[in-house]
Amino acid sequence: MSELDPKFKYRVAREPGGEKIKLCFACGICTASCPIREIDERYNPRKIIRMILLGMKKRVLENDFIWFCSSCYACTERCPQGVRFTDVMNAIKNIAVKEGYVPWAFVQQIEILKKHGRLYEIDEFDNNKRSALGLPRIAKAKGFTQKIMELTGIDKITKR
Amino acid sequence: MKYAFFPGCTVLGRGRNYEMSARAVSSALGIELVDIDDFECCGFPLKSVHYEAYFLMAARNILTAEEKGLNICTLCSACTGSLTEVNKHLNANFDERAKIVAQLKKGGIELKIGKPVKVKHLVKILYEEVGLEKIEKVVKKKLSNFSLAPHYGCHYLKPSDIYEPAEDPENPKSLEELITVTGARVINYSEKLKCCGAGILAINEDTAYSLTRLKLKELSKDSADALVLMCPFCSVMYDDNQKKIEQKFQEQYNLPVLYYPQVLGLAMGLEPKTLGLQMNRVSTRALLEKIK
Repeated sequence: MSELDPKFKYRVAREPGGEKIKLCFACGICTASCPIREIDERYNPRKIIRMILLGMKKRVLENDFIWFCSSCYACTERCPQGVRFTDVMNAIKNIAVKEGYVPWAFVQQIEILKKHGRLYEIDEFDNNKRSALGLPRIAKAKGFTQKIMELTGIDKITKR
Repeated sequence: MKYAFFPGCTVLGRGRNYEMSARAVSSALGIELVDIDDFECCGFPLKSVHYEAYFLMAARNILTAEEKGLNICTLCSACTGSLTEVNKHLNANFDERAKIVAQLKKGGIELKIGKPVKVKHLVKILYEEVGLEKIEKVVKKKLSNFSLAPHYGCHYLKPSDIYEPAEDPENPKSLEELITVTGARVINYSEKLKCCGAGILAINEDTAYSLTRLKLKELSKDSADALVLMCPFCSVMYDDNQKKIEQKFQEQYNLPVLYYPQVLGLAMGLEPKTLGLQMNRVSTRALLEKIK
């Protein structure tokens, strides 16, 4: 019981996307609609909401399953209480990152975005290919993304 | 009709066939796409790890289009979702712009405040702005031999409350009607509204591919000539990774995957090469034989 943090749900509700978490009345339509759940039973939206509301902060944040949401919004569309579970998952993941849990895939993505402003680098080779196909050349990114990352401190995540 | 063109990272990196067909079809229909050098990532990849960075990245792109006085035309459904969501917020809170501009200035990014703009996916521009009637008039080669399965993907429809007008996400029809206007037959199938799985590819490859497989498996048994979609991420799953999924599950699908502008372009009588069809991973040769 000492592991429980009764204030956890309020923290989730303060995070963008988590505002409606306390409205859940556990009908389970999120779980029934989830395409990930259909394949991997470890991912259970209804159970994740219960864990949050019960204050099982550590068990939620350190668990790999919080990263399994494919962000399809099927649950969000069907929820009778307007909980917006897809956005709740984003809130949980944002909190997890602040607490130091960041999957390697995101560290890589952040590095690439910082360097190139896009998820894929468009180099000279690509631009030559584009020209041959009659597509306009793509200018190098001007560093706006990098500036936003430095401004928000997201680049520090990758240094932990 | 003039739009700031927002192809997005994945189209530029992995979807030249989509870009070519989008540009060709737009130009033929009088949609002018203006390339904007200042556009960068829409922010979507960071939404789950750092909401503020996501919001500012999307807002900066939108403010750039506002400065130029152009509505935004997107190709990727994920970009469409992020930009639409943040745009909705900006338009509901007009005065927040000054705060955002000041914040970006602190980071060394200079922007002037312009007038609000709209964000629209190209396929929605075709459906809502150009309209089926006008499209029907440019169809020169009816694709009556084609049986096509629509794939809407997720962010083109959902969350529906960010879109204006919204389409019923449980019973969408825009893509079906856009396919029908080309003369092709639409295949209805039980997994039609399933997610492609791309959202978790980097996190859990096995689950992602198992999800992609559902549609491939159902449609390979059906009489679909091709799957038709409008998101580069979905295409990476169904087209680029189809061979991998066939090997993984020891199954054969051999299902061509086309972007909607490629389908429309063919019906308009444009050359397959102009539409980048030689770049689709699963061969489209047998399919193209059908229109000769």
